[in-house]
Amino acid sequence: MNRIVVAGASAAGLTACETLRREGFEGTLTLIGDELSLPYDRPPLSKQILSSQWEPERLMLRTEAQLAALDLDFRLGVRATGLDVAARTVRLDDGTAVSYDGLIVATGVRPRALAGSGAHFLRTVGDALELRKCLRPGTRLTIVGAGFLGAESAAVARGIGCEVVLLEPAPVPLAHAVGVEVGRFLSEIHRSAGVDLRTGVAVSEVVDEGVVLAGGELVASDEVLVAVGSVPNTEWLADSGLEIGDGLVGDAFCRAGPDIYAAGDVARWHNPVFGESMRIEHRTNAAEQGMAAARNLLGAGKPFAPVPYFWSDQYDLKIHAYGYLRGHEEVEIVDGALAERRFLAVYRRGSRVVGALAAGMPPKAIRPWRQAILAAS
Amino acid sequence: MRVEFDEPKCVAAGQCAMIAPAVFDQRDEDGVAIVLDATPPEEEHDAVREAAAVCPAAAIRLAGE
Repeated sequence: MNRIVVAGASAAGLTACETLRREGFEGTLTLIGDELSLPYDRPPLSKQILSSQWEPERLMLRTEAQLAALDLDFRLGVRATGLDVAARTVRLDDGTAVSYDGLIVATGVRPRALAGSGAHFLRTVGDALELRKCLRPGTRLTIVGAGFLGAESAAVARGIGCEVVLLEPAPVPLAHAVGVEVGRFLSEIHRSAGVDLRTGVAVSEVVDEGVVLAGGELVASDEVLVAVGSVPNTEWLADSGLEIGDGLVGDAFCRAGPDIYAAGDVARWHNPVFGESMRIEHRTNAAEQGMAAARNLLGAGKPFAPVPYFWSDQYDLKIHAYGYLRGHEEVEIVDGALAERRFLAVYRRGSRVVGALAAGMPPKAIRPWRQAILAAS
Repeated sequence: MRVEFDEPKCVAAGQCAMIAPAVFDQRDEDGVAIVLDATPPEEEHDAVREAAAVCPAAAIRLAGE
C-alpha cells in the first residue's frame, strides 16, 4: 500500500491520518477537506464559541508543526465529488482526481435544512461566528429543534440575554435518545431558565419575519437557528456501488468496500457490543473510529466495538452518557433524583444494560456502568 | 515523552483515565483529568498516545515525540 486517501479533514479524518503514520505507514497520505480552516473541534461551537468565551484559535485540533510532522498531501477547500472503486480514484471538485491503494471515508454530515430561507445553522466555525455576531441581549432567537445542539444553543443564548423560543416537533424533547423522564427533566431546566419551549409543534417554513408553524401562526423572530438533525455526506458516493443507507455502510471492521473504510459521523457500521448497525455523531466516536478504520485498513483485522460516549453542557449542568441509549426500553434512576438535578439513570433493553446517563453527578460515578454495558455484550 | 495538559479545555470525559490509568486520573468532584505522571515510562507511551488521540477536547499534547 503506497498511497492512502482520507476524505474528510475533521476529527475522524485527522485521527485516521495520525494513526496511519503512528502505525508505520510511510507512503503518500492525501487528506481532503472541504473547509478552508485547518482541522478544528466542533463541540465547542455551540458552547464556548457561541458564548464568546473562546476565539476560534482555541479550536485547532493540532498545531501547524504537528500537522507538518504528518507529512500530508493536504488538500484544503476541496470537496470529493465522486469515487471509482474499480479504478481506485477519487474525483475532486477542482477537476482533478487522486488515485489510492486505500481509502478512508470521513466526510461527515451537514445540517438538515427546512423550507424557506434566512436561517442560521450550526455546523462550521463560520456558522457559529455568524450566529454569535447576531446574538445580543434582547435578540428574539427562535431555535427549531430541541436536540442537544438546539438545547445547548438555547442555554448559551439565554446566558447572553436573548429571548429564546425553542420549537420541538416531538411531545418531549430528546425522548427517543434519553427517555421521556429525562427528556421532561431537560425541558424543565430550559423553562426554568426562561426559555419558551413549545413541544409538539410542526414548523412549516422559515421566513424573513421568523418561523411559520404548520397551522399558519408566525413566531416572530430576529434570528432563527435550525437544528433539526443532520444528513450524512454520501452523495459523492452515489454511483460508486458502495452500500449507502443513512450513512456509508460498513461491517464490524468499518470496511465499506475493497480497501475502503468509513469513520466518524458519516459511517454506519455493525457494533458487536450491541449486535446492531449504528451511526454515531459523537465527538469521541469520530476519533475512536478514525483510529479503528486506519488500523483495519493496514490489516489489523479488529472489530470496532466501542461503548459510545457523549457529554452535553446546558447552563451549569453537565451531562455524561455511555452506551446506545436509543435502543432502550426502560429507564431507571439508580442514584440521586431528577428533582435534585443530580441523578444517574440506567437504560435497559429487556434485562440488558444498554446505557447510562449522569447529570450533575461526579463523572466517575458513571464509569462502572460503562463496564456493565460491555460485560452485558 | 512529556505530557502537557490544557486543563481548561478538559470536558471530564475520562477517556484518558480509562486508556492510560497509570498516567491519568479524574478528580472526584468534577471529573477533570489529573496527570499522575507527566514523564511516563516507555511501556506507557502507546497508551498515552492513544489517550491523547481520543481526547474529545484535544486537551492532551505530547512533547518530545
